[in-house]
Amino acid sequence: MTTAPPTSTGPAPSVEHDKAAESRVGLILRARELGIVLALAALVVVTAVVNPRFLSGQSIRDLVLAAAIIVVLAVGQAVVVITRNIDLSVGSVLGLSAFAVGSLLQAAPGVPVVVALLVGLAFGAVCGLVNGVLVRFGNVPALVVTLGTLYVYRGIGFFWAGGQQINADKLPPGFLAFGTAGVLGVPWLIIIALVVVLVAGLYLRTYRSGRELYAMGSNPEAARLAGIPVGRRTLAAFVVSGALAGLAGVLFAARFGTIDASAGTGMELNVVAAVVVGGVAVFGGSGTIWGAAIGALLLTTIGSALPVLGIDQFWQQAIVGALILLAIGTDRVVAARIAASLRRRESHVVS
Amino acid sequence: MASPEPGRPLLAVRSVAKSFGAVSAVRDVSFPLYGGEVHALVGENGAGKSTIVKMLAGLHRPDSGTIELDGQPVELHSPADALAAGIAVIYQEPTLFPDLSVAENIFMGRQPLRSGRRIDRRAMNARAAAYFTQLGVAIDPDRPARGLSIADQQIVEIAKALSLDARVIVMDEPTAALTGVEVKRLFAVAESLRAGGAALLFISHRFEEITALCRRVTIMRDGAHVSTDPIDELTVDEMVRRMVGRPLDTLFPKHDVVPGDVVLEVEGLTRAGVFADVSFQVRAGEIVALAGLVGAGRSEVVQAVFGVDPRDSGEVRVDGKSLRGGSPAAAMRAGVALVPEDRRQQGLVLDASIERNITSTRLGSLAKLGLLVGGAERRFARDWAARLQTKYSHLTDPVGRLSGGNQQKVVLAKWLSTQPRVLIVDEPTRGIDVGTKAEVHRLLSDLAADGVAIVMVSSELPEVLGMADRVLVMREGELVAELPRAEATEQTVMFAATGQGAAA
Amino acid sequence: MSSPDLSPRRLLGRLTSWDAAIIGVLILFVIIASFTVDNFASSRNFSFLVLDLAPIALMALPMTLIIVTGEIDLSVASTLGLASAVMGAMWEGGLPIETIIPVCVLLGAVLGAVNGTFVTVFGLPSLAVTIGTLALYRGLAFVVLGDRAVAEFPASYTDLVTGRIGDTGIPLLLIPLVVLGLVFAVVLHVTPFGRSLFAIGANAEAARFSGTRVTRVKFWLYVVSGAVAALAGVLWTLRYSSARADNGTGLELAVVAAVLLGGVSIFGGRGTLWGVIAGALLLTSLQNALRLADVSNEALSVVTGLLLIVSVLAPNLASNSHAALRRRRRPDPPPPASPNPDPAPSPTPAVRSS
Repeated sequence: MTTAPPTSTGPAPSVEHDKAAESRVGLILRARELGIVLALAALVVVTAVVNPRFLSGQSIRDLVLAAAIIVVLAVGQAVVVITRNIDLSVGSVLGLSAFAVGSLLQAAPGVPVVVALLVGLAFGAVCGLVNGVLVRFGNVPALVVTLGTLYVYRGIGFFWAGGQQINADKLPPGFLAFGTAGVLGVPWLIIIALVVVLVAGLYLRTYRSGRELYAMGSNPEAARLAGIPVGRRTLAAFVVSGALAGLAGVLFAARFGTIDASAGTGMELNVVAAVVVGGVAVFGGSGTIWGAAIGALLLTTIGSALPVLGIDQFWQQAIVGALILLAIGTDRVVAARIAASLRRRESHVVS
Repeated sequence: MASPEPGRPLLAVRSVAKSFGAVSAVRDVSFPLYGGEVHALVGENGAGKSTIVKMLAGLHRPDSGTIELDGQPVELHSPADALAAGIAVIYQEPTLFPDLSVAENIFMGRQPLRSGRRIDRRAMNARAAAYFTQLGVAIDPDRPARGLSIADQQIVEIAKALSLDARVIVMDEPTAALTGVEVKRLFAVAESLRAGGAALLFISHRFEEITALCRRVTIMRDGAHVSTDPIDELTVDEMVRRMVGRPLDTLFPKHDVVPGDVVLEVEGLTRAGVFADVSFQVRAGEIVALAGLVGAGRSEVVQAVFGVDPRDSGEVRVDGKSLRGGSPAAAMRAGVALVPEDRRQQGLVLDASIERNITSTRLGSLAKLGLLVGGAERRFARDWAARLQTKYSHLTDPVGRLSGGNQQKVVLAKWLSTQPRVLIVDEPTRGIDVGTKAEVHRLLSDLAADGVAIVMVSSELPEVLGMADRVLVMREGELVAELPRAEATEQTVMFAATGQGAAA
Repeated sequence: MSSPDLSPRRLLGRLTSWDAAIIGVLILFVIIASFTVDNFASSRNFSFLVLDLAPIALMALPMTLIIVTGEIDLSVASTLGLASAVMGAMWEGGLPIETIIPVCVLLGAVLGAVNGTFVTVFGLPSLAVTIGTLALYRGLAFVVLGDRAVAEFPASYTDLVTGRIGDTGIPLLLIPLVVLGLVFAVVLHVTPFGRSLFAIGANAEAARFSGTRVTRVKFWLYVVSGAVAALAGVLWTLRYSSARADNGTGLELAVVAAVLLGGVSIFGGRGTLWGVIAGALLLTSLQNALRLADVSNEALSVVTGLLLIVSVLAPNLASNSHAALRRRRRPDPPPPASPNPDPAPSPTPAVRSS
């Protein structure tokens, strides 16, 4: 560079465009979670208009109780999906953990609820660890591993149960009460779900290792270059997802009282749907725990609203499927819009 | 710019060597990096510069020799080790986390904390902003890294280096994809880093940048160290001579050809935001070069001509017949072939065999009744591999095992076997050794003599000047100049490509 | 310089390849099971085995092509279920079976086209799309038929599915299976189209630069996959003479397991149809033998799941140790990952001026 180009004095001319494009990007990203909240609100309003009893205390209570379990699962799933993986085995882990804890309580009715919760948590963590080890050391895509363990864990549950069912009358009353009772009228299930959402949300947002999960999902290659222990974090994400599925199993047992080997069958679909609908990108790197939780709430609300709206219950699964497609489709369109607006900005800079 | 020996180097590369299998990438290379100095590393593609960079980045470990920091040997086992040792590498295209904010990209894993080991976002953004102020650039620390221009991404990487207190900063061809304004900004940043006492290793192919910025230059050729000298003791011609190691003329065996009829016509070709209103013609027997800076839109134009990329408007005609857009198959039927820029990503299926790669464009005609039976494929592949003097051990070997030059021959075989009327070659000699380079040039020359219309995209000016009958120059998505062979010189092409007076 | 087809190295490569190993394991298993499991080798059991094999093997054929291109279709079992439900509803509605069957297959093609549109036109990851349609199609099946079952399909058709060729004991169903298997094998392995599938899976961009219409090819693969899955749904319904919305639930696992077990790389670009057929046979005969040995249905899912994991894990581990072995034996050849001294040659800049 020996002669000064006439255009090169002063700061880069792109600052103004920068700000504009950036606020647009931010707006779209915020709109993503806002969109779900609005959809949820609209659904509640419409349903309440059709049948005001939808907003009665008992109805809301049932709804939130039902949502609590899937929210816990969705949080674990979100952690895994953010790292660019997936855990399809959560429904089976839930079933296995529910049956394990049920059997434990049947055999030793004196076990305190806290211990039951911890046992479920630990049980799930072990299942998650197996997934994580296979993904990390087997160099196998998480989809295939967890599709396999989905069936393996379920099969183990069937083996163990041998067609036997644990009924509510065999479970200690204290445990069953835990499923419905609460503090100051707020059921324990909801408190636990809220704590899980808050802790996980805070962790992913404000702790270094939480941010590293996003980094891994956003650009695995760059994550390695930045010295992030990718293998260890992957393992941890699967353990978290497994542990939360185990916890959800205990909540399931407490809430329904009746447990057989098929508990939680097919739930993985709803969980993945909740996470994706909640704005967590299927290919990792973006999305929030709050979004996943709201997604779970939305799906549960749809389930409860259908009968109120006079729609056949058989529609529910189809709606779940359609929502998954809608969510990933929307994210794609949004991403394309952002890319287009940034491309226009680049061309401004160039000219 | 006097250059007294400034005492002990901050970092010294001592007799390092590295082989990949049988191929020796680097052997016995030594040079010092002094604090407060910018040091240039130059050499042709494949000379081993990238291997040196990767050693410093902790990605490769030398087979022998050492890297010394402050006189002490250091072992760099991983990128983290290199960062911890205070060595930061700025790549031509940095790898950032697109979903995370700029500030997080800078501080990933080292974010400032407040009580409870929580990340202090405000402090993080403030510190990032402070680095940007220090570097004199305006980037919002809170915006996502997705969508940053390459120049801004490099600045983010440099801010990361600053935050790590890096004393050695390696810049691997940072200016290749930058516009003039961006290069100037980067130079100001580099100058301030240097003034702060850091040692900079600067890799570039642009001599005017090297002479303007650097104090010392190390020249490499074919993996070996040629020389290290203060820059003011060398002329550019001498540097080129040491890099190439032979006279340039033998590299470009250009035949004189009388051009025939117009074969390829491109008219008003436009793709919004990428290139606009590009028109040119190529005659049979002509070699037309598309020159310009990286990012000027040359590859994008030829890819749109071939139909790999869509086009928004404009027309492409081959032998007077209009070509449908967005369809490589239609282009192939019309007799167009494209040897793409990125051999490993676009040109070849690296895991597939040499045979499969060569025949992949001709399967339709090799099939009998729609079936690929008998030895037709094998014979065809052997025949074409031999015509291009490809060196291989088995036709069934994955093509990824071949050297760069032989891989390029496989790509050429794959496309020449379609007997094209129009051959488009994008960076035909990138990353291949000098000997094969000359072979490729001879081949292009012979093809032109046989009446093929050739469009050559090249970033290497000697290649452009040595091979082309006409030079088309692109700048920022537009065709800005057309120079006949007689008028094409380094100065005229450079002038057109940058839109400013070239250094004399 | 080039080598003849039968160089020792090439032969060795063939023998140690995964699909060859699976064929070996299959033969070994059949021999052992014939001696140790009662009734396994009976002709009656053989026809059951073929009936069990049919839906899995059928859906595995297009699935192989799809996975070779690096995509996946998890919605096949739901397509089967929806086709079955629609078949039941139409039969209930009094339509003739001759109309119902083609309509169902056509419906499958449409469902596949929906997958294909999402994957190719909108460019969405096939995994996410087909998880979505897995739920959607199964849900629609329930919408169509609820939890009812429609039975009493005409015996002339159900007999066709469960019948045998004359007195030979060979199931009739084997004929279309063999024919379709051959067609798919020929398409994948000796046609230009099949070659382009491998190229797409190994490097879609290079395939596009070679003139392959990548999106169009993928789209049609999904259409075929949907149609074949619906055909499997028709056969399933006729076999059990029962149309239900939950027919074939979870079968996608067995299909994917069969394909991966057959040595097709989940990352695309590698695999043979012979391997897949052997994989499907191994899976069904293993399940069949276990069932004969009175192992519960649920335990079978453990086996399927384990086989799936092993089938993706083993080739990876094998190739790792194989590579390590090669490195130890012959220190000189460059590792395939970086055969080039300058593995990622950065774009060469630009213009020089002096």
